[in-house]
Amino acid sequence: MKTRRIDNYGKINRDKILSFRWDKKNYKGFEGDTLASALLANNIGIVGRSFKYHRPRGIFSSGVEESGALVTIGSKDRRDPNVRATTQELYNGLEASGQNAFPNVNFDLAGINNYLGRFFAAGFYYKTFMGIPPLEWGKGTAIWMFFEKFIRKAAGMGSASGLPDPDTYEHAHDFCDLIVVGSGPAGVAAAVEAAEKKLDVILVEQDSLIGGNQLAENDFDNSQIKNQLENLGIKIMTRTTAFGLYDNCVVGLLERVTDHISAPNVNIPRQRFWTIRAKHIIVGAGAIERHIAFNNNDIPGVMTVNASKHYLNRYGVLTGKRIVIATNNDSVYETAHQLSEAGANVTVLDSRTNFEIETNKSFEIRKGYVPYNINGSKKIDSLDISKSETINKSETINCDQVLLSGGWSPAVHLLSHRGVKPKWDYNNACFLPSDTNENITMVGSSRGLWNKNDCIASGIAGTTDALNRLGISKTNYFFPKPGGWKNPIQPLYEVKYKKSRSKSFVDYQHDVTTDDVRLAHREGFISVEHLKRYTTLGMANDQGKMGNIIGLSLMAELLNKEIPEVGTTVFRPPYTPISIGALSGRNVGKHFRPLRVTPMHQWNIDHGAKMIEVGLYQRPWYYPKENETLSDSYIREASTVRKTVGICDVTSLGKIAIQGPDSTEFLNRIYSNGFSKLQVGKARYGIMLRDDGIVMDDGTSWRLAENEYFMTTSTGEAAKVMSWLEELLQTRWTDLNVNVTSVSEQWAGVSVAGPKSREVLNNCVDDSLVITNNNLPFMGVTSTFLKGNIPCRIARISFSGELAFEVYVKSDFANTMMDLLWANAKKYDGCLYGLEALGALRVEKGHVTAAELDGRVTIDDAGLTKMASTKKSYIGSAMRKRGVLKNNDREILVGFFPTNLKETFNAGTIVCEKNNIKGQGIGRITSVTYSPELGHWIGLGFVKGGLDKWKDTNLVGADPVRNKQMDLKVVSPHMIDPKGERMYA
Amino acid sequence: MIRINCPYCGERDHSEFSYGGDATINYPSLDASEKEWTEAIFFRKNIKGFQFETWHHSNGCRMWLVVERSTVTHEIKSVKPCHPDLQRVVENNK
Repeated sequence: MKTRRIDNYGKINRDKILSFRWDKKNYKGFEGDTLASALLANNIGIVGRSFKYHRPRGIFSSGVEESGALVTIGSKDRRDPNVRATTQELYNGLEASGQNAFPNVNFDLAGINNYLGRFFAAGFYYKTFMGIPPLEWGKGTAIWMFFEKFIRKAAGMGSASGLPDPDTYEHAHDFCDLIVVGSGPAGVAAAVEAAEKKLDVILVEQDSLIGGNQLAENDFDNSQIKNQLENLGIKIMTRTTAFGLYDNCVVGLLERVTDHISAPNVNIPRQRFWTIRAKHIIVGAGAIERHIAFNNNDIPGVMTVNASKHYLNRYGVLTGKRIVIATNNDSVYETAHQLSEAGANVTVLDSRTNFEIETNKSFEIRKGYVPYNINGSKKIDSLDISKSETINKSETINCDQVLLSGGWSPAVHLLSHRGVKPKWDYNNACFLPSDTNENITMVGSSRGLWNKNDCIASGIAGTTDALNRLGISKTNYFFPKPGGWKNPIQPLYEVKYKKSRSKSFVDYQHDVTTDDVRLAHREGFISVEHLKRYTTLGMANDQGKMGNIIGLSLMAELLNKEIPEVGTTVFRPPYTPISIGALSGRNVGKHFRPLRVTPMHQWNIDHGAKMIEVGLYQRPWYYPKENETLSDSYIREASTVRKTVGICDVTSLGKIAIQGPDSTEFLNRIYSNGFSKLQVGKARYGIMLRDDGIVMDDGTSWRLAENEYFMTTSTGEAAKVMSWLEELLQTRWTDLNVNVTSVSEQWAGVSVAGPKSREVLNNCVDDSLVITNNNLPFMGVTSTFLKGNIPCRIARISFSGELAFEVYVKSDFANTMMDLLWANAKKYDGCLYGLEALGALRVEKGHVTAAELDGRVTIDDAGLTKMASTKKSYIGSAMRKRGVLKNNDREILVGFFPTNLKETFNAGTIVCEKNNIKGQGIGRITSVTYSPELGHWIGLGFVKGGLDKWKDTNLVGADPVRNKQMDLKVVSPHMIDPKGERMYA
Repeated sequence: MIRINCPYCGERDHSEFSYGGDATINYPSLDASEKEWTEAIFFRKNIKGFQFETWHHSNGCRMWLVVERSTVTHEIKSVKPCHPDLQRVVENNK
């Protein structure tokens, strides 16, 4: 195949040949190529099929604005769809393929969509498949749901691999005085000026090379600039995109670390997601050349003028032989000159009639001419041109390429992220950045400067602005005026000429045509935000970088308004697409969230524990013996606790030290029940309400000394309770002398429960007298020693309903404590028990946990009215009696038995009256377990009116999710030992 | 990202902090009426502009702070400890 590569041009390394595969065929390129330049060099014109009409598409640009050459890179789990070929650097062994085509981009069966074009206008799918006329067949969502999967398949781009991402990504952070985005002449000038003024500078460039659009210049060599920047101590970050600006001068960067390497070191992340905290931001993001809308303006071979210059001077690729350039501004003439010097036959159509331009006459200029139709389908055969005043067929030029320049759009995106609306500049036919009070300065062509000297001057002015705003200097400065061309631009967005069945594209990305914009207008979608959503103008990968302005100008014309009156849509981050992997960084798999373990975690595992996650904590779930299943195991464990003794790790409970002279008063205010008379050496179960009278958490507080308490909270609410106590002390009750300290990590706790628990402890404490029933009665607390001189705290607290103790030691002694307790528990045929057995035991007793106290439940709902003191005021006491909380039909805590004791049920079951099974019923089951003691399944939950109302009624448990239904009866939540005789033993 | 200048720790990302709420509420005494509590808990102004709000430096010094922040621009004018005694200490140390 004939190559388009020409000698003596380009900055590629011709000594280093790279092989790559495109659509399963082998090709060669050079080091320094992008995939796009290598494809062009290999004379590959069609690289994709368009979104809706499956029209052949080629390469439109040489940068991030690309909306035609979207390809899939890599294979299997490294398949990366919708990559811009124009920014993908070539590497040896690169595998790429075209998208949205079957069997391939050259011959695509769905190309028939192109001929059905008039059916596929904006809104077609939604209008049609919401109910098909004439009878509105299938009206409703059903038909849409049915067709949607076919539509999505037909109108999609690349597809993801569907496999786990094998690459790693990293989050990184940095600080600096000044971050400069863009390494064109303006950005470099700003960075140099700032570094010379001793600022700490980061310079960010999305390209692999610094230089910006100078890289499209024939004689540009960036090595000197690079040395200068490095010598000044500027941190240069190439292959790095500033994708977003955020509050307080925070900049988000995406660094592509290995995307250009064929076999990257597996220890290096593929991409880095940087958060830069700067004091000032200078944006020199450049400008993007626009195309012009006219018939068939998307045929492969259409490109922006500047892109062609890039391919020639950077990559040594002459993109056409017979080139027609269509323009409305001065920026194309240097390119026209260079293309003709490189051997192309060039004609320039300039829509303007009165202007002067100096050329060497190596190419023809047709003043006052515009293109209005391209002939050809998979490649350009010829171009119909006409005088610009009235479009009629006047002439056809044979050509193989049409280069377009409809003007330039400054890249104001980053400033737009900060909510700064751009302003329309009539002279330059573009949006310019507005001023902002934030420390952000726009420089170079992103503030509408078209020549290099102005860009450099603006960079220096930008840094002076930064120095002034940072209070480092007070120097006058001025920015050059926008513009810089000799002749003014003449707005040209669309060449109107209606040829039947042909399409004139506004936005290539999603096949938005001029007709679509007109349709949107006819149907009333005239606001830019509606226009965008109705036609998808400005959506997807390129976010309208090339086409948006054309769409706006069309709408402005239809509304008989000016473009600024129509407005522009707000640009939001990211500037270019970011992989999800980079956003998640290392927070994947096991590292998705932090892992918390108790100090006896390994001990538990060594003793056969199967673990379960509770919040962030890993807790023992059950301790299976031999072939036991979960249910075998927990039933055995719970039975053993009731029969002899069991040991359970309860370290994950929140633990808070409360100290100071006003501690008692403090607890008395935050708990609903009284604490003022709690004696030293006693613990009390307490309930905390929120301000609004709903239960926040429950736990125990132990009075260790006159002014010192040890509070335990539930595992899940530990952090919230701690913050709450701090808030109260620091904001509301600032006169109380109380200090709260989280000691959750400092203490390891176990519950020793069962009729034999005291005997086990007798063998473990130094002095067994301290734990006799007299010295340590129910709810008693003591600070004593375990054997081996280990200080410990013991409280006689029971969650299981048995005689039980909670023993706490400093975390360092956790394993010693476990060894000691376990050695003695074994003597009494005791067991280790996990969360599942703990749950079974507490459900039998009717003790509530987070499953019941779900943030909607009052103290009365939970059947704990006696815990609400009537002798004092406390947080929530005023509000717990407000109207809605006093309704008679509130759901009250009850126990549930299946009527047929052989049946089972699940948490989540909805409780209904017989013959009235619907909606939310009259209650719900929140916790269930098999009760070893009772020999059947039991549940806890809520029912409207509570036990009194329903105790003799047969109710129904409806579980539509699991397709189950069973008869239920309501019982007291205290299903075992309701008088608590065992606890007091 | 909002950056909050904690009087104890210096300028930090807002991700170190937890948002509290309206810092101008005078919570009634515990024995106040349901009506007073209802006012304090449920009725909030929806301010466009600067407002005083509490933030907890939960992944830092654990201090509750009053932050004067614009709900429009996120600009922060002042950051002080909530506790009046601590406010005075910070003021005096300036």
